[in-house]
Amino acid sequence: MLTLQEVEHIAILARLELSAEEKERFRRQLSAILEYAARLQELDTSGIPPTSSVLPPRSVLRPDAVEPGLSVEELLKNAPRSENGQFRVPPVLGLE
Amino acid sequence: MTDLTQLTLRQAHQALESGECSSLELTRATLERIERLEPKLHAFITLTPELALEQAAQADQLRARWRREGGELPPLLGLPLAVKDLLCLAGVRCTCGSRILENFIPPYTATSVERLLTAGMVVIGKTNTDEYAMGSSTENSAYGPTRNPWNLRHVPGGSSGGSAAAVSARLAAAALGTDTGGSVRQPASFCGITGLKPTYGRVSRYGLVAYGSSLDSVGAFGRTAQDVALVFSQMAGYDRRDATSMDLPLPAIQLEDDDSSLAGLRIGVPDEYFIQGIQPEVENAVRRAIVSFEALGAFVSPVSLPHTEYALPVYYLIAPAEASANLARYDGIRFGARLDSDNILDLFTRTRGQMFGAEVKRRIMLGTYALSAGYYDAYYGQAQKVRTLIKRDFEQAFEKVDLIAAPVAPSTAFRFDEHLDDPLAMYLEDVFTLPANLAGVPGLAFPVGFDSNNLPIGMQLMGPHFREDLLFRAAHAYQQTTDWHQRAPSLS
Repeated sequence: MLTLQEVEHIAILARLELSAEEKERFRRQLSAILEYAARLQELDTSGIPPTSSVLPPRSVLRPDAVEPGLSVEELLKNAPRSENGQFRVPPVLGLE
Repeated sequence: MTDLTQLTLRQAHQALESGECSSLELTRATLERIERLEPKLHAFITLTPELALEQAAQADQLRARWRREGGELPPLLGLPLAVKDLLCLAGVRCTCGSRILENFIPPYTATSVERLLTAGMVVIGKTNTDEYAMGSSTENSAYGPTRNPWNLRHVPGGSSGGSAAAVSARLAAAALGTDTGGSVRQPASFCGITGLKPTYGRVSRYGLVAYGSSLDSVGAFGRTAQDVALVFSQMAGYDRRDATSMDLPLPAIQLEDDDSSLAGLRIGVPDEYFIQGIQPEVENAVRRAIVSFEALGAFVSPVSLPHTEYALPVYYLIAPAEASANLARYDGIRFGARLDSDNILDLFTRTRGQMFGAEVKRRIMLGTYALSAGYYDAYYGQAQKVRTLIKRDFEQAFEKVDLIAAPVAPSTAFRFDEHLDDPLAMYLEDVFTLPANLAGVPGLAFPVGFDSNNLPIGMQLMGPHFREDLLFRAAHAYQQTTDWHQRAPSLS
């Protein structure tokens, strides 16, 4: 069973604000899912390599050449706030 | 005059070629039917009638010039297409079923969509989906659920439920979907139509909004294998903008009307897909279909995929883990909604906490946990190793057989709210579709019967990597000798 503290810790890592009711619900539901997932421990996987891609391993390279991309104007079109051709954000330095 | 909306993609293509109708007439008929039935079904999030009529007019002009001057015509010129709202089309908003992207207008077009536009298709709208494709019913869409055309009290399946319902209800002859854990095949099955999940690496994922990047694929819906093959053939192939797209030749897919012999084809039937708890009518219909394949000349034998039962826990660790990383981009800074604050951390957590739906938050939490320090090896690492075992199951099976036949889902379309409070029960709906994504193999779902409630039953064929042609050939042969795929829901 996950504890409330663990749920709160994961929520901070995931950058999610959760209500008290959500924390309790996720604690219950995630515990049930993780308990179900625990059956994977039944399998002996020593010597089995992990699969991160089903494709054959290969390097994908392209010429290092400058190509046209999206304009600054187009890139900022979907930004919630922008100013002087830049994304506008609250201060990111000086936080405790 | 015939009702143009009842034509399959291939029939509509012939009607355009023969001059029986114009693309404008076909598109207008489609839009009128959508206007009439959409209040009942809610298959679309955004309709694009102006764009569609403009593209249809251009298609008609191009065809008129071709009649005068000859030359070459784009292969699918003037045919309407519905696009899942998880694939970008420049200038048309792409919500991904999420409130956080309610006003997001992508500046570029997904390769799959772009290739179909180049092939001449006419985009009629963006279809409903579970938020970020996370769901099996479209109940997780922030824009309300889509209803199953066969019974409005039942779900259409998901996550590509809008596309499946649209094709089933004849609101479009063809539609695009995406399949990360069954999101094309399961709704195709629930709505009684044909749907392809291609091999991982066969269709470019560029412009597909990422959910589980090692599993995501762009697929297609139609009423027949022939129709799905037409769409697939145009969108498949290498794209340098997707590093996982493979530069391999696409075998020509020739599906002739009288071609129904499957002599020499070896079809394997895995015991592991006929588990306890499966709806008896589903099992019976699938087994009857397998007998039909035998009658067409296929050689049927049992085959074993021993790690099938582990696909569900493997998927529900790997997909959420990848999702938790992919969805980190929704931070309220560069695009999407933002809930302002003077403190940047509050801005992130409030925006994400309030704008994401419950299932998306649940999977981000699950994935973050599975990747977090101290749990990585036990959960994510172990899941990746078991994924190898599942992949090997398929490799070994395909040494003995050409295709694998199985049900798509344990039951027919369930009712709304049936699983809403129990995520694990909802995840169990995906038990037969997840293995193909984990192994990267292609799968094709198509109707093989109906249950006593008149809800469609689907089966899937799975094949070796990059052998979509075999799937199409087998399903086409079956559809030449059966009529399940021709049945239509009665909607007035």
